[in-house]
Amino acid sequence: MGKGLVQKILEQHTDQKDFSVGQIIQCKVSKVLANDITAPLAIKSMEKMGATKVFDPEKVILVCDHFTPNKDIDSAEQVKIVREFAKKMGIKYYFEGGDVGVEHALLPELGLVEPMDIVVGADSHTCTYGAIGAFATGLGSTDIAAAMVLGETWFKVPPTIYVELKGKLPEFVQGKDIILNLIGNIGVDGALYKALEFGGDTLKELNIEMRMTIANMAIEAGGKVGLFPIDDITKKYMDERGKKIQECVYPDEDASYEKKITIEVDQLSPQVACPHLPENVKPVEEVKGVKVDQVVIGSCTNGRITDLRQAAEILKGRKVKKHVRLIILPATPNIYKQALKEGLIEIFLDAGAVVGPPTCGPCLGGHMGILASGEVAVATTNRNFKGRMGSLDSFVYLSNPYVAAASAICGEIVHPKIVIGTSD
Amino acid sequence: MEFRGKVHKLGAHIDTDAIIPARFLVTTDVKELGGHCMAGIDPKWVKKVSEGDIIVAGPNFGCGSSREHAPLAILGAGIPLVIAHSFARIFYRNAFNMGLPLIEIGDMWENIDEGDELKVNLVKGEIQNLTKNQVINTPKLPDFMLNLLKVGGLIEYVKNKIKGN
Repeated sequence: MGKGLVQKILEQHTDQKDFSVGQIIQCKVSKVLANDITAPLAIKSMEKMGATKVFDPEKVILVCDHFTPNKDIDSAEQVKIVREFAKKMGIKYYFEGGDVGVEHALLPELGLVEPMDIVVGADSHTCTYGAIGAFATGLGSTDIAAAMVLGETWFKVPPTIYVELKGKLPEFVQGKDIILNLIGNIGVDGALYKALEFGGDTLKELNIEMRMTIANMAIEAGGKVGLFPIDDITKKYMDERGKKIQECVYPDEDASYEKKITIEVDQLSPQVACPHLPENVKPVEEVKGVKVDQVVIGSCTNGRITDLRQAAEILKGRKVKKHVRLIILPATPNIYKQALKEGLIEIFLDAGAVVGPPTCGPCLGGHMGILASGEVAVATTNRNFKGRMGSLDSFVYLSNPYVAAASAICGEIVHPKIVIGTSD
Repeated sequence: MEFRGKVHKLGAHIDTDAIIPARFLVTTDVKELGGHCMAGIDPKWVKKVSEGDIIVAGPNFGCGSSREHAPLAILGAGIPLVIAHSFARIFYRNAFNMGLPLIEIGDMWENIDEGDELKVNLVKGEIQNLTKNQVINTPKLPDFMLNLLKVGGLIEYVKNKIKGN
């Protein structure tokens, strides 16, 4: 029987031979990640373990991105704990202030995570790095503390669901619509304890950023990882970061999967996840007309340059509707700089958007755009749980950047073609 | 490992923002977190909980973020055990690491009601519903998880491993 991507990666990091699905195996980890919310707990756990050093100060990465710039005294104290720990341990990759970006945009951008790596992070969206063919998954703080100390962790080998993506991307459809459609089909526990693996002819149209959007939300279906093959697009992306990839890695043709799903991508419209679960997905046409108070474009899901370009396409020369707040957060300083260079920031400001610093902020109801009771937001983020972005009585719709930008202009959820017409 | 307590019933897909909203994540104090347990559903929910009470919930309990504050908030509220149809995977690991045992019972979760009195034996895999006079037998926990609970959670496990080295 052939091997899928999960097995091909895991076998490079474990001493256990011939493991099978369901078995618990010990694996060496390539990188360990934590942020300003989860690192303080991990540090506390490490102290309780009696550990005085991390296994490798170049392989532990700390990113203070959630409540930064520190939103209040308590969060400033949390970041202080992380900063002092980083100094004491000699952590090479500590990010704060002007260095910091949203972790899952920042690490791939800087080439700090690589294909075939095992990456564990105390953040559920660590699965984003599946886009470059890394077995990457979120763990809790104490699991992360153990990995920081031992350089290894355990995994129960997951069964895999293979998702074949077929056809060309229609206009205004991108990675977000593919993953929302999938979650809508299989539900928020459709991939519980399982791996998702993506393939199919659409992949040649999906750049690494769009793949990251897809892999990022694997967790929203309960998935452990969302894996893409390592192909020429991956090679080129890593090459631009000074990392030479020797060979492409695809699943074997006779790899065994628990289930196969096909998404006819060329049939998709932009998708919207309605309150209060990411599985409440409808094509945008069925949600049109919902009045909007706030729009957020950013996050580890859709805050990269591809996303900002799409938003700018819609916003250029147009104005945000009166009484609607449009908040745009480029996910890293480099993305911010690139957007500035391309004139995107000016387009956003002219449209009446607030452009903020890289931060997770509003996505998790932290700061920089909290919702009042009764308010409705369209966000390019990843979760629309009750109260996720503020009041328990607020409502969050998840979409791609085209739909989000168009909805900010119209003050209600619309198909982007209403704003700029189609090329048909 | 035996538990006895009154049931607080919750629904399906209880997410980590429901268990402990992000705005309370500025502390790692278990008691303080416990005071906000389930604040994402109802800020007053925790007031009706007594020490030793048990949560019974539907599919995918603990879905969402990786915040370990979620099992800590449950422990901090005085709840020593969660029974559910199924659990989200990160929450599952976190709970055992923190010493909060979980039992998966599939569709049987529908047979337990709010206020029922349960007696649970974790090693035997037995849930006695004293109110309804019913017994639910559950699959044995994986050895790895039982070992983790036996040594007192992941912190003790690593502590032993460091000493061993």
